[in-house]
Amino acid sequence: MAQLSTIGQEKSWRDRILSGLRSVSPIYVVLILLLIGIGTQNPVFLEPSGILNLLRRAAPLMILTAGQLFVIVSGGFDLSVGSIMSLTVIGASLLINNDPTNAWWVILVLFGIGIVAGLINGALVSYLKVPSLIATLGMLLALRGAGLYWTGGAPRGYLTDNFRAFGRGWLEPVPWVERFPYAVIVLIVVSAILIYLFHYTNLGRQLLAVGDNPRAAKLAGIQVEKMRIVAFAVSAVTAVIAGILQGGFGGVNPDAGDGYELQAISAAVLGGAVLLGGRGSVPAAIAGALALEALFTLLNLLGLPKPLRDAVQGLIIIGAVAYAAFSGRRSR
Amino acid sequence: MTVKTLSNVRSLMRETRLPPVYAILVVVFVAAVVLDAIFGRGQITSSTILTNMVVRSVALGIVAMGQTFVMLAASIDLSVAYLISVTAVMASYLMQGDPNRVPMAVAAVFGIGAVVGLVNGLIVSKLKVNPFIATLGVGLVLKGLLNASFETFVGAVPRSFQTLGYGQIGPIPISILVLLAVTIIGALVLSRTKFGAHLYAVGGNVETSRLSGLRTDRVIILAHVICSLTAVLTGLFVVSRLRSGAPWVGTDGLYDLESIAAVVVGGTALSGGKGGVVGTLAGVLIFGILDTMFNQLGVDTFLKQVLRGAIIILAVASYTIRSREKAA
Repeated sequence: MAQLSTIGQEKSWRDRILSGLRSVSPIYVVLILLLIGIGTQNPVFLEPSGILNLLRRAAPLMILTAGQLFVIVSGGFDLSVGSIMSLTVIGASLLINNDPTNAWWVILVLFGIGIVAGLINGALVSYLKVPSLIATLGMLLALRGAGLYWTGGAPRGYLTDNFRAFGRGWLEPVPWVERFPYAVIVLIVVSAILIYLFHYTNLGRQLLAVGDNPRAAKLAGIQVEKMRIVAFAVSAVTAVIAGILQGGFGGVNPDAGDGYELQAISAAVLGGAVLLGGRGSVPAAIAGALALEALFTLLNLLGLPKPLRDAVQGLIIIGAVAYAAFSGRRSR
Repeated sequence: MTVKTLSNVRSLMRETRLPPVYAILVVVFVAAVVLDAIFGRGQITSSTILTNMVVRSVALGIVAMGQTFVMLAASIDLSVAYLISVTAVMASYLMQGDPNRVPMAVAAVFGIGAVVGLVNGLIVSKLKVNPFIATLGVGLVLKGLLNASFETFVGAVPRSFQTLGYGQIGPIPISILVLLAVTIIGALVLSRTKFGAHLYAVGGNVETSRLSGLRTDRVIILAHVICSLTAVLTGLFVVSRLRSGAPWVGTDGLYDLESIAAVVVGGTALSGGKGGVVGTLAGVLIFGILDTMFNQLGVDTFLKQVLRGAIIILAVASYTIRSREKAA
């Protein structure tokens, strides 16, 4: 008996470190390895200014992924976010109409458009019972068409400097790093709010319950329909923020957000989120998005032509998910 | 009188076991004819326009048949658009306008398609990767390899090969016959073969099927191979109409998302196990009618996309609201 317990203790001492390591999402390890890889190629990238630059470039995808996670854990997809981003950039350039004083109410209008799109997505999924893949795909087609219709096919106007500051501006002077990008401030604030909402309020638990088993969640008294709508609204709001940052960083481009929806879903999955719901974490999803951007940077530094980066990205996403599926089966 | 006709139609549909999407198809078609008569030139029922309408649906239709197979197995294939691009480019690159090289090129692209389908199926069934991510990843790999090798239009298909896209047998375009043949073969495979029955079983419940002794992995892999082969056929049809392939022809056609939408509008459940290729044919034709109607009415190209998105959602909502399925 005594022997058994000592053996048990010995084992638990070793196990504790192992399980402690295992409970850390592997995405952080991947992220650190990628950063080390970048550092060996060009140490400048790991200086504070280099890291801030990487974060500034990655901010739109990181914010978008955090929002997408809300939808994924509740058991759905949001394919419409890329088109909301594009529409945000197009709408900003047309509504601001080259007058910087317009920027503030335009931002409010853009959030309004995004929230309406998100609520419609949520209502279609919750009340008309349209599968989210189809509902948000329809929204993607509709918003892409609306954006092009609005511009008449070619982008017009430009974004004023005060609007673009969010995406490309720097706060100066700042101690230690001299200057600090506004985009990273936005990233920190939005991430903090979403992490708080998801991990420190009932909202996150309820979303996880909805994604895990909607019927059980309903029987437990969760308003499943309302939760789904909230998830899509959060996702749409992050898409507007990502669009404002991306527009500031890259300027007017009618397809500024194209393809971001699939990148955000991939990034969330890299961060350990399970498609069709029930499992996920906001910080890990954000880390997944940063890892994806770090991967692009590394492949760029390695001199890989841009098309091959797509191929490597594809292989890594499959590999990461296969690994997660494999280790999930083993631990069960 | 009308009540009687309606019940006649209903019993007719029950007897022929046509999926309910055909009711929507009729409604859309009648609406198109009426709208065209009032606001358009009233020519939508002319045989030229009707024929063009179907020909326009062929490219999407063929690949949507394959997509139906994977979706019946509760899987999905997002790599088809890239595979269509690969096929179009490789076919015209290998043919170089020489009729003698056609058989070799066709065999080569079908070989590529079979390998892509096999890889998709293996990743989904053996590595247990979510099909959405698996086929998206494979699509990215194809896109990367293709864009790294080719930048613009390459090679050309010989004039004889363009028969596939433009040829006619009597008054009927060959392309329409190809679509019909694919649909009929697909319907027979689903209803008359052991594989078809297994496909519905696996899509209905993988675990139960496996416990009942089905080799579920093989069924899923075969469904993916079939889907990839139909994507290759669509690619061949597209390149035969364009004369030459470019790396963007598949993705620009939005064949991945549109084929999924057509399958779902056609009544196949996203969760698998329910539906069939006959419904998908109606789904594809509905898209074709809408496109033609918008053209006839002179609707703005971009506004067209908005309406299309709305109609896809409404069509799907019209079933789900009745069946009260679990939304995902």
